[in-house]
Amino acid sequence: MRGGATLILGAALTAVFAVAALVSLVWTPWPVEAINIALRLKAPGDGFLLGTDHFGRDMLSMLMVGARTSIAVAILAVGIGIAAGVPLGLLAAARHGGLLDEVIMRGNDLVFAFPSLVIAILITAVFGPSATNAIIAIGIFNIPVFARVTRGAALSLWTLDYIRAAQVAGKGRARISMQHILPNIANLLIVQGTIQFSLGILAEAGLSYVGLGAQPPLPSWGRMLAESQTMISLAPHLAILPGLAIVLTVLGLNLMGDGLRDLLDPRLRRTR
Amino acid sequence: MLRYTMSRLVSLALSLVVASVVIFAVIEVIPGDPAAYMLGMNAAPDTVAALRAQLGLEGSAVERYLRWAGGMLTGDFGISYTYRVPVAELVAARMQVSLPLTLYALALSTVIAIPVGLIAAARQGRPADLAVMGTTQFGIAVPNFWFAMLLVLVFAIHLRWFPSGGFPGWERGFWPNIKALTLPAVALALPQASILARVMRSAVLEVLDQDYIRTARAKGLTRGQAVLRHAFRNALIPVLTILGLQFSFLLAGAIIIENVFFLPGLGRLIFQGITQRDLIVVESVVMLLVFAVILVNFLVDLAYAAVDPRLRRRA
Amino acid sequence: MTLLSIRNLSLDIHRRPILREVSFEMRRGEVFGLVGESGSGKSMTALAMMQLLPPGARASGRAVLGQTELLTQSEARMCRIRGREIGMIFQEPMTALNPVRTIGDQVAETLVIHGAASRSDALKAARQRLDRVGLTADRFPLSRYPHELSGGQRQRVCIAMAIALRPSLLIADEPTTALDVTTQAQILDLLKGLVAEEGMGLMLITHDLAVVAGMADHVAVMQAGRIVEQAGTEALFRNRRHDYTRALFAASSHRPAAVAAAPAADKALLAVEDVRRSYALPRRGLFGPAPRMEAVRGVSFTLKAGESLGLVGESGCGKSTLTRAILGLDPVQGGAIRLFGEPAGPGMPNRLRAGIQVVFQDPYGSFNPRWRVERLVAEPFHLLAPQPGRDERRARVAEALEAVGLTPADMEKYPHEFSGGQRQRIAIARALITRPGILVLDEAVSALDVRVRARILDLLAALRESHGLAYLFISHDLHVVRAITDRVLVMRAGEIVEEGATEAVFAAPRHPYTQELLAATPVVPADWTEGTPHEALV
Repeated sequence: MRGGATLILGAALTAVFAVAALVSLVWTPWPVEAINIALRLKAPGDGFLLGTDHFGRDMLSMLMVGARTSIAVAILAVGIGIAAGVPLGLLAAARHGGLLDEVIMRGNDLVFAFPSLVIAILITAVFGPSATNAIIAIGIFNIPVFARVTRGAALSLWTLDYIRAAQVAGKGRARISMQHILPNIANLLIVQGTIQFSLGILAEAGLSYVGLGAQPPLPSWGRMLAESQTMISLAPHLAILPGLAIVLTVLGLNLMGDGLRDLLDPRLRRTR
Repeated sequence: MLRYTMSRLVSLALSLVVASVVIFAVIEVIPGDPAAYMLGMNAAPDTVAALRAQLGLEGSAVERYLRWAGGMLTGDFGISYTYRVPVAELVAARMQVSLPLTLYALALSTVIAIPVGLIAAARQGRPADLAVMGTTQFGIAVPNFWFAMLLVLVFAIHLRWFPSGGFPGWERGFWPNIKALTLPAVALALPQASILARVMRSAVLEVLDQDYIRTARAKGLTRGQAVLRHAFRNALIPVLTILGLQFSFLLAGAIIIENVFFLPGLGRLIFQGITQRDLIVVESVVMLLVFAVILVNFLVDLAYAAVDPRLRRRA
Repeated sequence: MTLLSIRNLSLDIHRRPILREVSFEMRRGEVFGLVGESGSGKSMTALAMMQLLPPGARASGRAVLGQTELLTQSEARMCRIRGREIGMIFQEPMTALNPVRTIGDQVAETLVIHGAASRSDALKAARQRLDRVGLTADRFPLSRYPHELSGGQRQRVCIAMAIALRPSLLIADEPTTALDVTTQAQILDLLKGLVAEEGMGLMLITHDLAVVAGMADHVAVMQAGRIVEQAGTEALFRNRRHDYTRALFAASSHRPAAVAAAPAADKALLAVEDVRRSYALPRRGLFGPAPRMEAVRGVSFTLKAGESLGLVGESGCGKSTLTRAILGLDPVQGGAIRLFGEPAGPGMPNRLRAGIQVVFQDPYGSFNPRWRVERLVAEPFHLLAPQPGRDERRARVAEALEAVGLTPADMEKYPHEFSGGQRQRIAIARALITRPGILVLDEAVSALDVRVRARILDLLAALRESHGLAYLFISHDLHVVRAITDRVLVMRAGEIVEEGATEAVFAAPRHPYTQELLAATPVVPADWTEGTPHEALV
């Protein structure tokens, strides 16, 4: 099956970076704090598997710690999106057509008008840059995404007869949302979570690149790219490697999302 | 149609009001005294008071908000603390770079994505479709600013076809500027085009599953005719939604990518504003960006009605 | 003169057999009925001729239209044949038209695409065709969009599209199944008139024996991909040579044995008193009150213990809205509903809710797909205080499953493991679990094939007797209402226009609307069906 192969390939790619991030917590080939100007700008293979940067730091070690930063920021941002967005979406669907629904959806539209970069700019202007800002900015951006997906899926379930049967059995909207709606949209949320995870990695890289995300000395892929820019013709590997890491992680997550969607949601499989 | 437009206009105005309140609150209320914040901790009280007077930051938050919002309506965005010139002038100059770049990228992305998505859908499962799906899978995984760096490496540094950065200014004529904006626009457009092409493809495929396509085929339309005459316009409805979202991604992307190409656009202005604690500049540019996104969503809503007669109500 | 000749048509989709050795002939100016239950292959026969099969399909045999062998034509040639030689209309008129293009445009397209006329001439022809199908220029200009039309009107547009080039063969695949009975009668009349006028052949695909009886010259009965019997309509109906034909027949006119228990003395379990229900329509602007739709306008009736009361009406008459109010899902805007003598509504106590349970139409949407049957059937226990313990709960679920003809072992299964008819049984078991006095049957047998429907009706009749239930039986299907109810209410535009003993109302309807409904309902001529053996039910 194509879906199965996609899922395995995506999960494998994702796992490589997830494992690298986890291992970096306890071990890296070289310490990332060690600055040694004598060893700077070494090409890949020259004593260091992936070369060194302009401070003589091992690129492989930097990439491993960078993976940790990226993945942590993206996961926490997805967590914020799910924790706030899913209940809002369930509530809006349960009160469909009511004032609460209207308010939630209008609020959603409003948040959509603030791209995560703009939120990050606002927060940074007042509180200064940090990885936390990136998490909050991307997380806020994720809230309306999850709210909308949840509401849309929940609304189509609310028209089904088993929901009416539960109402006839005396169950209230909250209980129905938890017992009948949430379990039946969980698959969709898993798939959307994967998509937002990969978008989060991209967004984190962008924010770090312009200096609104992770701050030195914490290595991050986006900042590694920013620092490599002036040396791009001198040491192209500094620009290419972090970019490849981003591409492969995002690609892995996207493939995993596609595979999961095929596996979990037979309705979507048909339209492939 | 008029009624629909009016209701969208009201909603546009409400969104702008709420968004401006939020921005004002974050920038001018949360830090306490913006003048003190801009000057840092060690500023003398009379310096702070002088700056406050100079920037028009006196009075209660409500008064200040009304003054700020009223000013913006008449094109008065306040005075930059660092540049000591009206923010409106700064913004107007920078917009001449950022706006053309965003529109250039949007046009490129649309022109590429829509035919590609259509072809992929029409050739579902065949080599052309698989090639499109494979390429776009990579396209959506590439960060646009990194792609921009690679483009610079190849087309500016090695091949020297395009400048590696800078912006000559429109007074130097049309083409040199277009040339300067081409690499940034391509870097912005291709990842977005990948998303758009995939959305177009799946929208067309979904529409092709509808009963009315079967009706059209039973009338004697070929599959290609059914796609062009019936599926295309229906598929535009979800594509419009994505186009609206893409505008905000492109705008944000443009701000980031200006750093790669050293373009004197809004991005550079806003990042300098942040480092120099020039809150007035940050506030105005953010409001402008949010205004642009809300305006584009309004236009998308109007476009929905143009495509979908069910949204136009008969009087 | 032979118009169409199908010889040994077989079809596999992904190697699964769909059609086997289907053979029949049609003549010009003739109506040919293709009858069968869902999944019997009748639609696939038509799609195979049109070469509009789903991917993975392989057809063999011959299908000759006039002089043309259809199955071997290239796709390009088929495109010239479809719409010009063969017109086709489908079941679901609500989705059969492109929502973003005008009706004139879509009718004219048939002519334009075949190069039969310039665009302006095509639009003139479209106007004529729409006039012919009863959509006049004053009310239905070419610039109308599909969403501005009702289902019946949309089906007329589809017919105008299909006959725009005067094809020699028109295929109508369940053309009236999605329509109300009065609309169905008009569309069938229109099709009949077109056949007579244009001399084309009509292939009428339907599950409804009464519809073919009134329309077709020849009938073929399909079962599991084969034609089991075909003959002239009257001969087929009178003789019923094949077992399956007999079973289909018996089931479609099946009436459960009369229930012995007479309604108990005037004790009203449910009393609906001058109930009004209105709801807000979508707002037309941000300001001002939303317009309201009056769906139920002053309805009164009572349901007595042990009684079976029918509520019939066409779609949009307000019967669903009324049902929701009776079940206490929505508030009423006027009047009152009393259950077992107590006021009922959204805030009513669980003890009252336990007394009224419901079975819905859709056997597929009625169950949470992630729950096992035990949990599904036990869901209404939520209404009981105290709630039964685990052992009692299992015992009672087992008892309910047995009562509806399933086994206690079915408790461990998931709903997707059951057929449509079995699922309706599970739905009935769920409704019985709180031992209610009233069962609301909301189109509960409408989605079922006739043979399954007959058995569910028998089950309902038996349960009524054994459990002492009163039924409120809501349906658009007059046959079914007649088969299972003692008394009937006829609803139209939010009001009850006629009420009386079922047999009396059906035998001598007083209100013009009831008369219209009954006249529109297709029936098999009485003398064709003499001697229908009820026992032949398979």
